[in-house]
Amino acid sequence: MTASAAATLAPIPALGVETIGMTKIFGPLVALEDVSIRVEPGTLHALLGENGAGKSTLVKCMMGFYQPTRGEMRVDGHEALVKNPRDAMRLKLGMVYQHFTLVPSLTAAENLIVSRPDCPAVIDWRAETRTLEAFMATMPFWVPLDVPVASLSAGEKQKLEILKQLYLDRRFVILDEPTSVLTPDEADEMLGLLKGMTTRGELTILMITHKFREVTAYADAVSILRRGRLVGGGRVGEISVAEMARAMIGDTEIRERSARAVHEARPTVLELAALYASDDAGLPALTSVDLKVKAGEIVGIAGVSGNGQSALIEVLSGQRDLDDGRIFVHGQPFEPVRDEMDRLKVFSLQEEPLRNSAVPRMSVAENMALRTFDKPPISSLGWWLSPHPMREAARELIARYRVKTPSTDTPIENLSGGNVQRAVLARELSGDVDVLIVANPCFGLDFASVAEIRTQIMEQRNRGAAVLLVSEDLDEILELADRVAVMSGGRITLMSPIGETDRASIGHAMAGGH
Amino acid sequence: MSDDPFFTVAVAMFAGAIRVSTPFLFVSLGECLTEKSGRINLGLEGTLVFGAMSAYAISYLSGSPWLGVAAAGCSGAVFGALHGFICKLPKVNDIAIGIALMLFGSGLAFFFGKSFIQPTAPRLSAIDFGFLTSNPQMKVALQINPLFFVGLVAALALWWALRNTRFGLVVRMTGDSAATARAMGTSVDLVRFLATTIGGFSAGIGGAFLSLYYPGSWNEGLSSGQGLMAVALVIFSRWNPIACVAAALLFGAAGALGPALQSVGISQGYHFFNAAPHILTLAIMIASTSPKRSLKGAPGELSITK
Repeated sequence: MTASAAATLAPIPALGVETIGMTKIFGPLVALEDVSIRVEPGTLHALLGENGAGKSTLVKCMMGFYQPTRGEMRVDGHEALVKNPRDAMRLKLGMVYQHFTLVPSLTAAENLIVSRPDCPAVIDWRAETRTLEAFMATMPFWVPLDVPVASLSAGEKQKLEILKQLYLDRRFVILDEPTSVLTPDEADEMLGLLKGMTTRGELTILMITHKFREVTAYADAVSILRRGRLVGGGRVGEISVAEMARAMIGDTEIRERSARAVHEARPTVLELAALYASDDAGLPALTSVDLKVKAGEIVGIAGVSGNGQSALIEVLSGQRDLDDGRIFVHGQPFEPVRDEMDRLKVFSLQEEPLRNSAVPRMSVAENMALRTFDKPPISSLGWWLSPHPMREAARELIARYRVKTPSTDTPIENLSGGNVQRAVLARELSGDVDVLIVANPCFGLDFASVAEIRTQIMEQRNRGAAVLLVSEDLDEILELADRVAVMSGGRITLMSPIGETDRASIGHAMAGGH
Repeated sequence: MSDDPFFTVAVAMFAGAIRVSTPFLFVSLGECLTEKSGRINLGLEGTLVFGAMSAYAISYLSGSPWLGVAAAGCSGAVFGALHGFICKLPKVNDIAIGIALMLFGSGLAFFFGKSFIQPTAPRLSAIDFGFLTSNPQMKVALQINPLFFVGLVAALALWWALRNTRFGLVVRMTGDSAATARAMGTSVDLVRFLATTIGGFSAGIGGAFLSLYYPGSWNEGLSSGQGLMAVALVIFSRWNPIACVAAALLFGAAGALGPALQSVGISQGYHFFNAAPHILTLAIMIASTSPKRSLKGAPGELSITK
């Protein structure tokens, strides 16, 4: 018996939603073109697509954040007019955003109460707490109610977001990459529970994702978007992963990956000895981190975000002070200041390059010269800068690294994410690199850029650079790294050559197990 | 015992703490609410001065000091509303607008207040708790101004409301995460407008205290930066209304140090001791902040913590 047949026999609370010819045009850009998808009630429907494929435009139109240029929406077979998020709420449609919409300083209970449209003017906490506890008892997962959300883990926050939707009696929920902040075990647990709820007909879920594994394991059906159009879809099981991937990527040319060169035993280049650091609240962020990276080796640091990886990157790039411990490069003590980075050839590719490694309003040429502007030929006498050689150098890098920019004088913030990353990559990799520190280099980029950037990292390794790669994307680490280290709670909980470990033991270490 | 200079200074500081703290209390409560909603209103210094002028003028013209207090509150609310309205325009910085309104409020108060410097307006009368003690010094110190109690009640009410009412939760939500508030269909601008308006009302009442109780007359040097210090006070009481009371009392006691020492004949360093609250502001700011940590408890949307 299919879910829709069940709906005709006995009404279930889960809602079916359908979009018909949904089109959204922003000025000259067609973000969404004639997209019709049908989400059956009581199913888990996956929405696949690359960044910029129109997934978020589509769901924002469905939730009333955007008004579609054309097209309509049906909820349970009836035409529904969703002009704003309030209309969506009234129709029992809800969405969990990738960036949490919980208020950090409020407790879980306060967050739930304040989200209610009929929140009472004066709150009777005793009665509300009783109601909330009764509600929580019926739910598949539990979150502490009386601590500020800021002190919850990412997994607990994600669960609370979903609980909030259920608390508000939403019967059609859109989840935007719900597992990106979870360990593999947590992700499996949560998707399993949600799948159970959809199968029982309590809920319909539309899940935005780019993980094929989650689609094949948990989804009932899938729709695939590319460049604003619906390019494929169907029941899971009737469509293969290869077909999904082809529909998602299209005929974009993907650069051939560099092969991994086999090296003889090489000396240690980067050594971290007992690093301790604190986070912004003064709590320990790094505890006794020891790590050695050899020449011609990529050490990948895996872990769920917020377990000390960003503190480690900040320490290595001079953005955060060490409480204790030493960093050595080629056996010499290393302070992360510009002169020493230059002398010891330490370079870095940071996450969110526009925030961490570029000056948004300075031009592409100036940003590309940030490592070299005080050396000849750009500078003479140590203080006089000539714009001409700066532009010349930038033009060469732009051509070599295929950066798409209108000119060398365009502010770098006007470039697309992939091109900002390429511009930074060009700056950092153009010299002689001994140590390369990389953090989530491919976050939010399209397949072509991802392939390009991973190839560049691999080439640096093959050239003999010591590469420290921090990534939340386990697949990226499994693809690139020679050795993997897992960070959990500010410590390294697992250290292993890539061939001697597997997804399960890495996932176990991410959750804090040793 | 009454002749003990130490006792005299202690009593004078006790009385001073209550007396001097009252305007700090009102301004800091107003600022606390405004900052909880995610905005900083530095214009409260100007609101305080204008409130003092309007309270004195209305009290003089009507003969009722409480009418003066009401007028000060209302004029403060108008200034708050102006700040709230201008800040919701695109690309406007709340701190710059605050500084502009600080100068505007003071200037307007001096302009309208010229004719009220000479006349004497009816003042607020104290509530006498002297019957609690037989000590003559304590009898004087226990003449407590009614606005102090209003301030205490307001602090408790604000503390309670921020936890137990919809308005309180919405204000805290708006101040901590505007994106969340918008996603829930709350109008961030409206919440901030209301919070700034109520904050201005409270600061205006603080001004009424200055001209109608202590020092109890209107002149142009009345405030001497108390409105600005109250902003610092909110930061170090970590956006907690109850802590605002304690902080205001501490600042009040520090402000009373100079006159108290003078009353027992120590006039050396009088001006230095008079500067005690300012030195205290500086010392507390240095001691309670760190370059490595973000301020704990700070609303996430404040432009100073972003």
